[in-house]
This record gives sequence, structure tokens and C-alpha cells, in this order.
Amino acid sequence: MYTRDVYTLCIVALMSISHTLLGLLESGPRHGYDLKRAFDEKFGHDRPLHYGQVYSTMSRLLKNGLVEVEAIEAGDGPERKRYAITDAGVTDVERWLATPQKPEEYLQSALYTKVVLALLTHRNAGDILDVQRSEHLRSMRILTDRKRNGDLADQLICDHALFHLEADLRWLELTAARLDRLREAVTR
Amino acid sequence: MTTPPTGSLLTAQDLRKTYGHTHALDGAGFAIHPGEVVAIMGPSGSGKSTLLHCLAGILPPDSGSIMYNGREMTSMSDGERSALRRSEFGFVFQFGQLVPELTCVENVALPLRLNGTSRKEAERAALGWMERLEVDDLKGKRPGEVSGGQGQRVAVARALVTGPRVLFADEPTGALDSFNGERVMDLFTDAARSTNAAVVLVTHEARVASYSDREIVVRDGRSRDMERAI
Amino acid sequence: MSARQWGRDLALGARFAVTGGREGWVRMTLTSVGVGLGVALLLLCTAMPNVIAARGEAEDARHVDMYAKTLPPRADNTLLVGNTDTTWRDDDVLGRLVEPEGARAPLPAGLDRFPAKGEMVVSPALKELLDSGDAKLLRERLPYRITGTIGESGLKGSHELMYYAGASGLKPAVYSPVTRLAKFGEPDVEPEKTDPVLLLMVLVVLVVLLTPVAVFIAAAVRFGGERRDRRLAALRLVGSDRSMTRRIAAGEALAGALLGLAVGTVFFLLGRQRLGAGELMGFSVWPSYLDPSPVLAALVAVAVPVAAVLVTLLAMRGVVVEPLGVVRAAGQRRRRLWWRLLPPLAGLGLLYPMLGQGHKNGEFNQYQVVGGVVLLLFGITALLPWVVEAVVGRLGSGPLSWQLAVRRLQLSSGTAARMVNGIAVAVAGAIALQMLFAGTQSQYTKSTGHNPGRIQMQVQFSGPKLAPGIEREFTGTKGVRATVALARSSYGDSRTAGERSGGMTVANCAALRELATLPSCEDGDVFVTRTRSGYQNPENSAEIALLKPGRRLYIDPSFYSSDHGLELPWTVPANVRAVDAREDSLNNDNSVLVTPGALPAGAAKAEYSNGVYLRLDPSVPDSRDYVRNAVARIDPLAQTYGWVATQEDSKYSSIRTGLFIGSAFVLALIGASLLVSQLEQLRERRKLLSALVAFGTRRRTLSLSVLWQTALPVGLGLVLATTVGVTLGVVLLKMAGTAVAMDWASVLTMTGVGAAVVGAVTLLSLPPLLRMMRPTGLRTE
Repeated sequence: MYTRDVYTLCIVALMSISHTLLGLLESGPRHGYDLKRAFDEKFGHDRPLHYGQVYSTMSRLLKNGLVEVEAIEAGDGPERKRYAITDAGVTDVERWLATPQKPEEYLQSALYTKVVLALLTHRNAGDILDVQRSEHLRSMRILTDRKRNGDLADQLICDHALFHLEADLRWLELTAARLDRLREAVTR
Repeated sequence: MTTPPTGSLLTAQDLRKTYGHTHALDGAGFAIHPGEVVAIMGPSGSGKSTLLHCLAGILPPDSGSIMYNGREMTSMSDGERSALRRSEFGFVFQFGQLVPELTCVENVALPLRLNGTSRKEAERAALGWMERLEVDDLKGKRPGEVSGGQGQRVAVARALVTGPRVLFADEPTGALDSFNGERVMDLFTDAARSTNAAVVLVTHEARVASYSDREIVVRDGRSRDMERAI
Repeated sequence: MSARQWGRDLALGARFAVTGGREGWVRMTLTSVGVGLGVALLLLCTAMPNVIAARGEAEDARHVDMYAKTLPPRADNTLLVGNTDTTWRDDDVLGRLVEPEGARAPLPAGLDRFPAKGEMVVSPALKELLDSGDAKLLRERLPYRITGTIGESGLKGSHELMYYAGASGLKPAVYSPVTRLAKFGEPDVEPEKTDPVLLLMVLVVLVVLLTPVAVFIAAAVRFGGERRDRRLAALRLVGSDRSMTRRIAAGEALAGALLGLAVGTVFFLLGRQRLGAGELMGFSVWPSYLDPSPVLAALVAVAVPVAAVLVTLLAMRGVVVEPLGVVRAAGQRRRRLWWRLLPPLAGLGLLYPMLGQGHKNGEFNQYQVVGGVVLLLFGITALLPWVVEAVVGRLGSGPLSWQLAVRRLQLSSGTAARMVNGIAVAVAGAIALQMLFAGTQSQYTKSTGHNPGRIQMQVQFSGPKLAPGIEREFTGTKGVRATVALARSSYGDSRTAGERSGGMTVANCAALRELATLPSCEDGDVFVTRTRSGYQNPENSAEIALLKPGRRLYIDPSFYSSDHGLELPWTVPANVRAVDAREDSLNNDNSVLVTPGALPAGAAKAEYSNGVYLRLDPSVPDSRDYVRNAVARIDPLAQTYGWVATQEDSKYSSIRTGLFIGSAFVLALIGASLLVSQLEQLRERRKLLSALVAFGTRRRTLSLSVLWQTALPVGLGLVLATTVGVTLGVVLLKMAGTAVAMDWASVLTMTGVGAAVVGAVTLLSLPPLLRMMRPTGLRTE
């Protein structure tokens, strides 16, 4: 189990990249360059991945036994390794998908990645959203409770947090309602 | 289907209910302990109101089992279920629940009078609950003359007046702004907890659901208990 | 305010009425059907003058004047007509034997040629009856071959039973069933002066029947009023001002009324065919008779929409439509009594000067009568909301169902009162009329002096018949228990009648006992009654003196040289007794009563009979028709009468029939409107009912509260209706100059009928109520 509290935003982001790449490998072995292209196409949008990032991430995954090198193709330019996911890697992706994100601001990119990956790997994306909602509600319950027993300052601070969480939840609901359309779009 | 945990006051298993060709419930389950507040969430049309209506014995499910306090509700007659609703359950709906021609205190006293309590006694008890919900100054007014938040608090008082063991609330703040909605929820859950009543709360609003202890998600007629899913 | 703006707003409202979605269509349908029913009834009324005229014409075209004092001489253009009217069970069958005396004999209306002897032409209804096989006895009575049907012009209604049969050898005579005529038609008689009391009745019947229809139409345009008010609030929100809102509402009502007119016309046209095919209380017409008179129909076409707009504007007065909802001003302001008392008081004021005029046989001012009665009846609709509010406001606690009902009524007593208005007006009118009818009944019902317990049927032959054997014709007939056959003969103190002569009644002992109280009697006895009632000289001392035992008299003396009698010598037997005639003697033509055995042989040839009296066996079905068949065999032109104790004046009874027919329509109409508004109220409360059921309210409690909710205003309405009805009844009786006697039984009957209609409506609305109480009503759409 992860000890979620020690994570920072950047680690979350880093972790997301390694899990995302792992998830992309689930559909079949790929070259490092293919992986970068697939990532950029589905999730990169305005921030394409550096190839160096792919290389270092894959090295770490190799070290942890989550991927293996299936073949090395010699040619001009850099060596081309074909990576494949190991069983341990599949388990890791699964665990990652099932673990809700800590309710934080601006987490939708991580959530979005998870949902798309789930759809790509034919997992139940609705479950991810449900689990996330539950996690959000857990936070909201704590805030609501604190608010009910706190002074005005507490109430205002909690309300601020509550409204943000509520916004996330609305996004979750909306995404849940559009899962079918999203599946069509990403698997096309 | 997992067996419900022991100590549950109201449980349901594998409920199915069809309206025409629509499967409102398609194998839903539910469990609640005394003193627990459980939110039923889900998108509109997912079947959450139908689940509440079945749990409350308002609608009989097509199949499945609902146990209340050790008794199978699906095999009760309509009269028995009505009696149960009168004495053991309380209800708060979004709207359309206060009888417009009765005064507020008469509205609150209504469930007691259905149980045969004398008018005087019923209205005295009603007034007590109206005080707790801070609407006792409205007693002589008609529902049309009070604000939405006040009316909803009157409705909560009415739901509580019989000392029910289970309270059913269907979008209780649906017609209210967030300030009034929270006020109603504060008073409602406080009162429910103080009497150790279980609360089944149907809502699509996270802020309302955050007054619950846990939530159940209904999607396409199937329920998912989030507590045990993690 | 420009006319254009008016028109625009009205048109806008009309558009709202027809483009309101499913909900709007339901409301529109209810309104137009409601108004349509009322309009159809009004159109039916406008057709009445034409019905009366058309029936009069048809009657005139075939009328045979049986009471003509002289007969025209036989000629090429004369026709002999024999009246053979008969009765089949309880239906009258008009029968005519026709025998043209020349080529130019007048053909009865509806026939294209005369039936030959042994043939008959029948009305379609009679043909159907005879073909049905149900009327075998009637077929036996009319042993003619059917060769055609009577055309529409020869009949007054589609259900009339009538036939023309060919005959030969008819013998016309004045005051006999056979007459000679050169043309059909009623002789010009001076129109009878209309009895003012009968006229009063006709006017009141019309008003009493039409007022509820008006109230009903007014209620119909308000169907769906509450929902409409909410929509108007939405209009206010987007910027229409109060008067605009009112005009838009009026436009909606106008659209409903116009559609109602169309629907009503369709209803009327359909109903016309129906009415033409049907029969009500022995009254049938041809569809073509039901032609609305153009002026009256135009009046309906104008009055209904105008009334709809006025009623809406009036109702909107008490309602303040604000952009965020509807405030019922009337709910907050107590209703004031004083102006509500004005219409009934004004009505009484109009009627008061006419008190007692019927007695003096003076004329009633028709407008004053109609105005007064209308004001009194409409006074109910003004008073009822006040009464309901005043009473309901004071009602205290009771069981929960009672509390629910009372509170609801307190909040919207106007709706409740509106619902009951129609029935209250109808009941009040009916009570008043009942009183008028009951009070004047004795004036228009005459005792026939007949005792139907003694004799059930009387047969009158078309002419004298030789008496012996007549009795046997009947004693063999099925259903006849006893025959009282009286023959008459004559006697004189010389062969040529001489100084003293007279008639004698010859009959057996049983028959003679129907005439006089006989101490004993056997064949051969002779009696003389001491007195004869109805004669100038009731004492029969002369006859008693003449009939001395042993005196020589002559039976059937010759009175004129041309009229030779048998001149049979007769010695008065020794046992002549003076007896007392019965007060209720069947026949007191003669004071000399003789048993056949007392007369010399051969006297039977001088015994003539005009008819017989029959006692029937009540256990034999159709006994009267067996008798009629027997009579038809002996004498087709004979008349048979069933004995009844009393006989109503025909005009009086036709007014009464009219009232009953009208009341049936009006009550059905009011029941329908009650049902519609009841269902509508339930529909509007569907969600609340479901919520109440959800938290465990017993269905019984809710059903009871609905019942109370109806029963309370209806009860109050009936009390008010009884008060006004009795008042009006008393006034009408005083106007007719008749002693005021309370006929509580009929008052109770009328209120009972009103209550029964309401009960039926409540019963009919229970299934939908129970359906609406299903928890599925909680589901949001």
C-alpha cells in the first residue's frame, strides 16, 4: 500500500507517467518511441513527453521488474528496444487504477489519464469514478463535520474546500455520464 | 450477493422493479444500521428514488427481499406496510408533501393523528418538534405562507414527530438554496442522530451527501456500496 | 383601450388554449365537451317550437273529424273512414279503415294509394312490431296483408304505431266510429284560451330546466381554472399587465366556448338521429322535426361565447395574478351577504304583484314570471358560496378525514360552491315545480267515477247488436273472469207504444246485481228501481205503478209506422219487486230490470246490446289483448276501454311529461359536470395524495375526506335549494290561487334525487381516486 500522505504533486505526476506508460504497454509490446507518440497523442496535448523521460522511466520499470525488454532491433540511430509489460506490471496498473486520487485541486489530469487508460485496457472506468467520488465524499464528510463543530473562520475555510471538492464531483458526474462517448473517442 | 452484516435494521437484496420496458431496479441491494445516515447517490433516472420507495414499503418490488427489523416486507399486505410507514418510518420529500389547507402545526401533527392520537396531544407533540427545528413561530400559518426552507423544516418536524426508527428523505433540499439546504440538513441529521434513527437519504448533491456516514451509488438500477467496495 | 388590443389579447388567449400541450388538450376537451353538452341541450330547446309545429301539421294532414255534426253527401271525392284505434299492451295503435267512394277520394297523408279490402299499410314501427313475432296477439287482431308502409308525412313520430286497412261496406253515421269526409284536416276551431296556470307551469318548467344548463356552461368554461391561473402567472412574469392577463384568460374561455359550440352542434346532430330513432315516455319525433329555429339558434351561438367571457372576467375579479403566483383575493376577504341577497329578493319582488292572479283567471305577465323565477334561482348561485363559507368557517374538530375536508373547504369554498351550484339550482326548481304540480293536481285530474277494482275493461260496440250470445263470445276468452252483459229492450202499454212506454234492461241476475241491490234473484224475476240518479225526476213511481203484476204490456212496441217492432204481448209477472238502485250502478238508463226468463219467447230478438263490462284475471298476462282480439272478431269498429280511477287533463299531463324528460337530461348533464370537476380536482392533487399515502395514510381516511368534501357543500346546497325551492313553490301556488299545502314527500324525493346524483358521482370518482393514491404518483415525471 502507498502511504498517500507523503506524496507531492510532482511525485503524483511522475507516478502517473510511469503508470500511464505501463498501461499503454498493456495493449501490446511497443518501442520506446512508439510509447512516447502514444502518450503524446492521448494525454500529452500541450505538454509532450521528452524522450529522455521515457527512457529513464522505462529503465526504472525494468529495474523494478514491471516491464521486460522483448527485443532489441539494431539499426542506424539509437538502439530500439521493444518493451513488454510483465504480470507484476499488470498488477501494478490495476492497483494504481483502483486507488482513488487524494482529493486535491487540479487533479483532473491524473483522473482523466486513469479513466482513459481504463477505457483503453477495457477495464471498468465507472468504478474508478465511483471510487473517486467515495474518496471525495470522505473528505467532504470530514470537512462538513469540522464545519459543524467549528467557529465561523473554520466554517468559511471548510466551505471553500467543500466547494472545490464539489466542483470535482460535478466533473466526475459529468464524466460518468459521458463515458460511452469517451470510450468511442479514445478507442477509435 | 453478499449477506448483509448483522445488526442491520433495514436490508434489501437483489431488488428488481420494472416500469414498462424500463428497468428501474436491476438487482439492487442495501443495508443500514440504527443511527446510521446512508446516502443513496447516482445520476437522475438511475433508480435511486425507486430504491427508496421500495425500501420504505411504498412500492412493492417485482422481486427481491427487503427485511425490516427481522420481518420480510415484501410479503406484508398493503395495510401492514401502511401501518409500518405510519408508526416506524418518517418521510421528507422535495415538495408536494405539506397539505396546503392545513396549518403548519396541523401538518406536523398529521402522522400522529393517523395513528389515532387525540388532536390536542398530537399538536402538543408537534409543537415540541417544531421548536427543535426552530419553526414553532409558524404554527398557525398555512404552508403557502411560509418560505421554502421553513416549509422543509416543518416537513422534517412532521417526519420526526412519530419517533420513527427509519427516516426516508428524497432530495430534501432539492428546492432550497445551499444556505437553507444546509440549515435543514444540520437540523435534520442532528435530530435523527439524537433519536438514533436511521436515515436513508436520496440526493444527487455531494454537499447533502456529506452529511451521511457512507453512500451507496445506484447506476442503471444496480447499487454499489462504496464502504465495502474499497 | 383599443379594440385591436382587445382582439390581439383574446386571440393570444385562444392560441394558449389550443397549444397547451397534452395538459392543455385535456382541459380543452373537457371544456368543449361540457359546453357542447349544454349547447346541444339548448339547441334541442330551440328546436321545440318546430317540433310542436311539425307535429301539429302532421296531425292536421291526417285528422279525421269524428265529431262532425253533419256528414257530407256521398260523392266522387268522399272517403269513408272507420276508427279502429286499439291498444297493444300499453302502446296505442292508431287504426283506420278506409273505403273510397269515388276516384277522387282524398288519400291520407303518407299513402300513395288506398289499400284494397284485406290489405293494410302500416307505419314502420308497427311493421317492425308485427314482424318481431313478439306481437302475435296484435297480428291476430289485424288480419290484413301488409302491402306498404306509411310515409313520414303521415306520422307524427318514428315510433308511432298506425295502420290504414282497406274495407268495404262501412256505414257512416254521425257520432259513430265511421264517418264520411271530403278532406282530411281539423275543422277551424277557435283556439282555446290558454289556462294561465298552465302557461305559468310551462314558463317555470322552461326556466327550471334551462337555468341549470346555464350554470353548467358557466362551470364548464372554468374547467382547469387553477392550472390556467398558474400559466397566467407565468405570463405576468414575462410582462403582461393585469388587464391583459384578464383578456388573455377571457380569450381562452372564448376559444373553449367556440369549440364547445362546434362540439355541441355535432352532439345535437348526432343526438337528433338518436332521438329520431328512440322514444321517450311514449313520445317520438322524426329527426327532421328537430330543426332549431334560426333566431333562437343564433341567440345560443352568440350568448354562449359572450357568457363564457363574462363569467371568466367575473371569476378573475377575485383572483390577483402576480408574476410569481396566484393570490385568491376572495380567500382573504370575507364574502359579503348583502348584494348576494339582492337577486332572490328582486325575484320575489317581481313575482309578488302577481299573487292570486291565477285564481281570478287573470293573465300573468310572462316576462315578469320568467324574470322573477330566474332571479330567484340564480340567487342560489350567489348565496351558496356565502353559505358554504359561513358554515364551513364555523365547523370544528372531528376525525382526521373530517379535518382534511373542512380545511380544504375553508381554503377554497368557492370551488366547492361552484361545483354544487348546478345541482342546487336544479333541485330548487324541481321542488318548486313539484309543489306547483301537487297543489294544482286536483284541478287537472278528474275522477272518472269508475272503480277499476270492480270492472277492468269496458267494450263499446260500434252499434247495437242482438244481445243473446254476446256473453258467450267473451266468457270463452282467455283472461276473462266474468262478463257483465246488459241488453236493452223496450215496452209499452199498447202495440204502438201508447201513452206509456220505456226502456228495460235485460240481464242475468249476476249482471243485475251490478245495477241494483237485490234481496234475492232468480231467472224470471222483474225489478223496478225506486229512484234513478241523474234524472230530472228521480222518482220512479210512474214505472212502479205501471208494472203491476198481471198487467198486459207489449215488448218492443212500434214507435213509428216506419219502425215496426215485434209488438210481443207480455203479462207482467206476479213477482215484480221494487228495489234500490246501487249508488255505483254500472248503468242507470232504465229503471225496469228484467231477467230473460220473465219475458215471452221470441223477445230475445228485441234485446240489443251496446257493449259489455269485463272482469279480468290479473294473473293472466296480456288478458286485455285477448279481449281486444275477441272484440275485433265480433266488431272491428268497437272500442275497448280499460277502467282507471282518475284521468289527467291531457295538457297538464303533457307538461308534466315534458318536465320529466327535461329533468332526466338536466340531471344527467349535471352529474357529468360534477364528475368532471371532481376528477379534475383529484388530478391536481395527485402528488399530495401520493405523499399522504407514502407516510401511511389509510385509503379509507382519504376516501372519506373526499366524500366529506363533496357531501358538505352538497348538503348545504340542498338545504339552500330546499329553502329557495319551497319559497318559490309557495309563491307559485299563491300565484295560481291554490291553497298552499306542503308536499314534504316530493321535497324529500327531489333532494334525495339530487343527493343520489352526487352519491353516484362520488362512487364513480372513487376508482380514479384509488388509482391516484398509488405511490407511483410520487415519481417525478
